[in-house]
Amino acid sequence: MTIILAALRTPARILVALAPAFAVALLLPQAAFADFLTPENGGSDNADAIDTLYKVVFAMAMVILAGVWAALLYSMVKFRARRGAVPAQIRGNTRLEIGWTVGAALVLVVLAVVTFVMLDDIRNAPESDRTGVQLQRVGQPTGTPDTEAVPPSGRSLRIQVNGLQYVWRFTYADDDDNLLNNAFSYEEMVVPVDTTVTLEIKAQDVVHSWWIPELGGKMDAVPGHTNWTWFKIPGKHAGRTFRGQCAELCGRNHANMLAHVRAVTPEEYEAFIEQRKREIKESNDEAARQRKRIEAEESR
Amino acid sequence: MQAAAAPTTTRTELPAVPQVLAHEVEPEPRGWRAWVMTTDHKRIGIMYLVTTFVFFLMGGVEALLIRLQLGTPENTLLSPQTYNALFTMHGTTMVFLFVVPIFAGFGNYFLPLMIGARDMAFPKLNALSYWLLLAGGVVFYGSMFFSPPEAGWTMYPPLSGEFFSETGGVDSWIFLIHLTGLSSLLGAVNFYATIANMRAPGMGWGRLPLFVWTLLVYSVLLILALPVVAAAVTMLLTDRHFGTNFFDPNQGGDPLLYQHLFWFFGHPEVYIMILPGFGIISEVLPVFSRKPIFGYKAVAAATAVIAFLSLIVWAHHMFTVPQPAIVLVFFMLSSFLIAIPTGVKVFNWVATLWRGTVEYRTPLLFACAFIAVFVAGGVTGVILAIFPVDWQLHDTYFVIAHFHYTLVGGAIFSIFAGIYYWFPKITGRMLSEGLGKWSCAIMFVGFNLTFAIQHTIGLEGMPRRIYEYQDIGNLGLYNLISTVGAFVFGLGILLTVINVVRSVKGGTPAGPDPWKGNTLEWFTTSPPPVNNFDAIPRIRSVEPMKDIRRQVERGTPAVHQPAEAAPEHSVVA
Repeated sequence: MTIILAALRTPARILVALAPAFAVALLLPQAAFADFLTPENGGSDNADAIDTLYKVVFAMAMVILAGVWAALLYSMVKFRARRGAVPAQIRGNTRLEIGWTVGAALVLVVLAVVTFVMLDDIRNAPESDRTGVQLQRVGQPTGTPDTEAVPPSGRSLRIQVNGLQYVWRFTYADDDDNLLNNAFSYEEMVVPVDTTVTLEIKAQDVVHSWWIPELGGKMDAVPGHTNWTWFKIPGKHAGRTFRGQCAELCGRNHANMLAHVRAVTPEEYEAFIEQRKREIKESNDEAARQRKRIEAEESR
Repeated sequence: MQAAAAPTTTRTELPAVPQVLAHEVEPEPRGWRAWVMTTDHKRIGIMYLVTTFVFFLMGGVEALLIRLQLGTPENTLLSPQTYNALFTMHGTTMVFLFVVPIFAGFGNYFLPLMIGARDMAFPKLNALSYWLLLAGGVVFYGSMFFSPPEAGWTMYPPLSGEFFSETGGVDSWIFLIHLTGLSSLLGAVNFYATIANMRAPGMGWGRLPLFVWTLLVYSVLLILALPVVAAAVTMLLTDRHFGTNFFDPNQGGDPLLYQHLFWFFGHPEVYIMILPGFGIISEVLPVFSRKPIFGYKAVAAATAVIAFLSLIVWAHHMFTVPQPAIVLVFFMLSSFLIAIPTGVKVFNWVATLWRGTVEYRTPLLFACAFIAVFVAGGVTGVILAIFPVDWQLHDTYFVIAHFHYTLVGGAIFSIFAGIYYWFPKITGRMLSEGLGKWSCAIMFVGFNLTFAIQHTIGLEGMPRRIYEYQDIGNLGLYNLISTVGAFVFGLGILLTVINVVRSVKGGTPAGPDPWKGNTLEWFTTSPPPVNNFDAIPRIRSVEPMKDIRRQVERGTPAVHQPAEAAPEHSVVA
């Protein structure tokens, strides 16, 4: 014990002793606290790519942060005013200053390059797998891949996401161009696995923001605009429900504007759509019957 | 007034007959009238500092209520309505009624003193600035008794439009923006005119104290940015009440237009809130490490570069709205660039401590806490600037953590450094060092406890501005840690409040220059007389007080020679 204390007597030695601790602190997150320090992911490739990009940037950031903290702490401890100490009257060092300016710029160049390399995986939607829904029958978006988050073939399952206080409405595209005849659901979106899903995000009243953390980044739903994003849930997640909620203040019940995405097999998806259509038709018919009855009662 | 005029005649040529210097002298107002009617930059400065600090405590109480509500999952302490009003008022108060105007307060008090002027360029305008600020605060807090705004400090339409926010709360917010904006604009013009015209003889741009440099840039940014937000909120006002449709998508308007206008102001505003803090740090570090600032020119230039860049990064607040990829890339890269001058400043500050003799006085400890905290905020800022990463982090607690690291780190810790550094000059009394150090330590611990964990809360998927949350993962525990931290932080601030209240009357007398400062404010008495200086020395370096002390030690009487009367005497052989 006394040996350790003696070894720690000077600040330089403390820093040397702390170095392994720093290293451990940097490596530990990789194992035990991976989720503690990184974004949610696992539901879709774009979320995973963002997670990877974050980890790279985070590691660089931690090194820089640790470096500045160490230099600050070292200067405070090492150059603490002592009797007889004389402060060096240095006014600057042009070479050093140019050096760290260029150094900072280089770090940012590296960051930009890493980002551009990873960007394709995050932005560009992949094609659906053969095991996914056969899209010829479910509707083919005509959008361009660059702006509308669809794969190069232009074929993905398009779902319209409409934000309104305080619920999400999902309209599922099919062969019929008239959206009013399409299946829709509120709050819970049901999607097939292994299928690229393109979301067409709109808002009806105020600004909302669509966000399911495990399925990638958020996209704001702005009245008067259409925003696009995509996700593709791997087959192993069939039966799982992903959770999210509105991420842009939309009023008093903003906290309760939840969103769920339930991943199902392509067969279950098609059954779901059929069932929804049947239910919608039944309730429309029922409403029509009631309207007629009320009209009849009123005219009597 | 007479005292100011007297030294212009030299000792040997005293006139035989007393001269009439003023035909009529009104008695100085006393009591409260001395404050209400004053145009003295020091009294106005004190009123600014006290008023804004009161608003800071109100904003702090709001923050504690927010944290109390979030302390446990699905808490029912506050209604959603109250909660939304609280975070709207917290944000608005801290930005418009505390950080921006408290720097105007420091600037009012110390800008003339630091450049050797006897007042601001436009003293009456200066008083008007203060009263407009107070009016803005009163109008805004008046809404508390009716219906406070609930749409967040950014007040995005359509939520802030008349259909979704029909009560007058949003209007009171708009009037606050107009009144405090006008106050800041007048103040900025005043600062600029004072710095440009009233510097002591010999004080060229290369000898301007760094705090004054940051105030100059602060003024320019205010002049550039405030008219834009004034326009945006006026459009919001006419949309709400006079039938215009600037932001209504159903009538050809666009909610995104508001967001662009707001953030075109909002991002420079961030630097308006940080740059003068940088200035305080650049004053405090050299004094307590007994070493000149490392790279004066680089630090001053970095301020100007940051200010320029801050005008072209606004859309990084809007990475999740529908925008073409090229726009996202541009704003990512421009935001990256800001890290360079900011990094330069941080490196220069650390290099200022390097090989100095660092004295652990409270202002220095706050300055070092500032660097430690601010760097963490800067680093997460670069992470957020990467737009695909921002898609995950935007509008979550990660962003809350980031901007509290920059603004609490950048603004509050530097403001506290300023309070401890300049309190002796303002009151003539020292603050207690013991209480000050405890306050600094507790604030540092409490701050990190509150906000470090919020990075994780955001990464776990918790959005900001929600009044309740489900206990998924460890969200309940993390939020509890944050809430406990907030109260620790509050305790640290309370210690400084106690310290100030105790020391105003009972502190150790400070004398004119308790820290052995570098700048001119330490040349005059504490507190300074109404006219600040009887004689203004000629400035020969960026550290005029060091020169003066050296002269005194050598026994040269040149110090007492007023520069404006006899400049030839002040040239030291």
